[in-house]
Amino acid sequence: MIQDSGMARHSLRRLLGLIPTLLMLITVAFFLMRMAPGGPFDSEKILPPEIEANLNAKYHLDEPLLTQYFRYLGQVATLDFGPSFQYKDWTVNELIAQGLPISLTVGVAAMILAFVLGTLLGIAAALRQNTAIDYSLMGFAMLGISVPNFVIAPILILLLAVYAGWLPAGGWDWSIANMVLPVVTLSLPVTAYIARLTRASMIEVLNSNFIRTARAKGLPEIVVIRRHALRPALLPVISFLGPATAGMISGSVVIERIFSIPGLGSYFVQGALNRDYTLVMGVVIFYGVLIIVLNFLVDLIYAWLNPKVRYDEKH
Amino acid sequence: MTKSTENSVIDPFEAALSVRDVKGRAPWEDAWHRLLKNRAAVYSAFIMAIMLLLVVFGPMLISWESDFTDWDHTSSPPSVESGHWFGTDAVGRDILVRTLEGGRISLLVGLVATIVSLLIGVSYGAVAGYFGGPTDRMMMRVVDIIYALPFMFFVILLMVVFGRHILFIFLAIGAVNWLDMARIVRGQTLSLKNTEFVEAARACGVGDWAIIRRHIIPNLLGLVIVYATLTIPQVILLESFLSFLGLGVQEPMSSWGALVADGVQDMESAPWTLIVPAVFLTITLYCFNYIGDGLRDAFDPKDRL
Repeated sequence: MIQDSGMARHSLRRLLGLIPTLLMLITVAFFLMRMAPGGPFDSEKILPPEIEANLNAKYHLDEPLLTQYFRYLGQVATLDFGPSFQYKDWTVNELIAQGLPISLTVGVAAMILAFVLGTLLGIAAALRQNTAIDYSLMGFAMLGISVPNFVIAPILILLLAVYAGWLPAGGWDWSIANMVLPVVTLSLPVTAYIARLTRASMIEVLNSNFIRTARAKGLPEIVVIRRHALRPALLPVISFLGPATAGMISGSVVIERIFSIPGLGSYFVQGALNRDYTLVMGVVIFYGVLIIVLNFLVDLIYAWLNPKVRYDEKH
Repeated sequence: MTKSTENSVIDPFEAALSVRDVKGRAPWEDAWHRLLKNRAAVYSAFIMAIMLLLVVFGPMLISWESDFTDWDHTSSPPSVESGHWFGTDAVGRDILVRTLEGGRISLLVGLVATIVSLLIGVSYGAVAGYFGGPTDRMMMRVVDIIYALPFMFFVILLMVVFGRHILFIFLAIGAVNWLDMARIVRGQTLSLKNTEFVEAARACGVGDWAIIRRHIIPNLLGLVIVYATLTIPQVILLESFLSFLGLGVQEPMSSWGALVADGVQDMESAPWTLIVPAVFLTITLYCFNYIGDGLRDAFDPKDRL
């Protein structure tokens, strides 16, 4: 009972702590976009002044900046990101709804792959510490971290799609064959990072006293690892999941462009290149909220897995 | 009880102390030796030195200009005969010269943006850690808030808003990359400010800012070097990421990211336009990561204990 209420209070306090972050996110995004020289209608042919005035009035661009800001805050509070400036007849919400399922599918698949593969490789390297297996796994992991997404993706396309012809080079039709390359390239750096993290923490855990006790009891090695070492060794990986998600979202922007996937990231880049203010702000805020909420969930999972922080009310 | 026994107990202790005094600079020497033993880091440093020389002096030695279009050799594969050792792109520009000149921009961005983030991060972290209390809490709260934001998107936002001048690339990347540094420096400052030499300085009447400048920051140097080395590849990656998306440096300037993006366009007919800049970029990132790792291992106080 006591631990439950402690946990609930901890969650509530963390939840309230999210509000300034969200407010800052929206404020910075809003004022940055409005500081930009030139309006969203500049890039096209010069409009007659009356039409431009009408357009500005339609999108409330003629009001004082603060009024616009509070109007936008009110809109966002009701989850309405307004109309897109460039995709006429589309609202930002509709564009997000269009792109999100695709981006989410690729992202979640890549995350699962990275987590499973990364921890397995990390554990394997830790168990064979300072052997050839360890060195080659960690060498590959370093390669995975160092080689950018946008280098791996075209090389894989060239080898597996253009030369070998096994997989499609891009496009999106919800088929597995179409997902393989984007998911693999997106997950590669995160897999590599998780493998390094898992190896380091696993080695530390395996040298601790409670593992020595478990071994001294005569438990078989596999049981020692599964029942005793795995949970504490995975803690750093869990706390890395927040930044990993953020990294994957940035990565998806590039991946979607290379593989011509009509996801949220490609809308974002198009919006950024076309100065589509509402679309860019909408996507930034949407992803920001997603990352903030995910970080919050990761914190809760961490507290749940780690008894040391669970009742710690002072921190 | 007797004096002589007391002395004999103290003497070896003092002797040990004086030996340690002689090795007053031991942490730095230790770290240096440890670094030299790390073969991956040493090789990486060596390769990076060559890379730096190539990028700085290479373009002067090659007879082609980076914007010269050789209409006799468009999209021609690497060959010694044509004089284009690494081939040419679709409009006949020499890939090697373009890659080396792109490397200048990439490395310059890596260096300058890292310095920008160092300046912000170190002063912010040192001030927060040194003053502590409510100042520290408020300053670190701000860092936490910014940390939770999708910073890649903010860099893109900054690029869209302020245009794509190279100065803004330095500033935008530096402005979002100082958070880690601020956190690390703050933590180290918290432990440094309680040491005797800081207390002694304070007892002598040295002011807060002078203590931060003269005593705290110099002692953070090792840590700062390590994390700066790890920041450089991140920054280079970030810049090439932006340039790849067309949001970074603009023609006629080029960087490795922009060259890779160009190469992707022609990769089916002229794969060398993709592979050459990609290899240069990858080698650089790989080496910087190994050097940073080596430095971290060498300076890590955990290992020293």
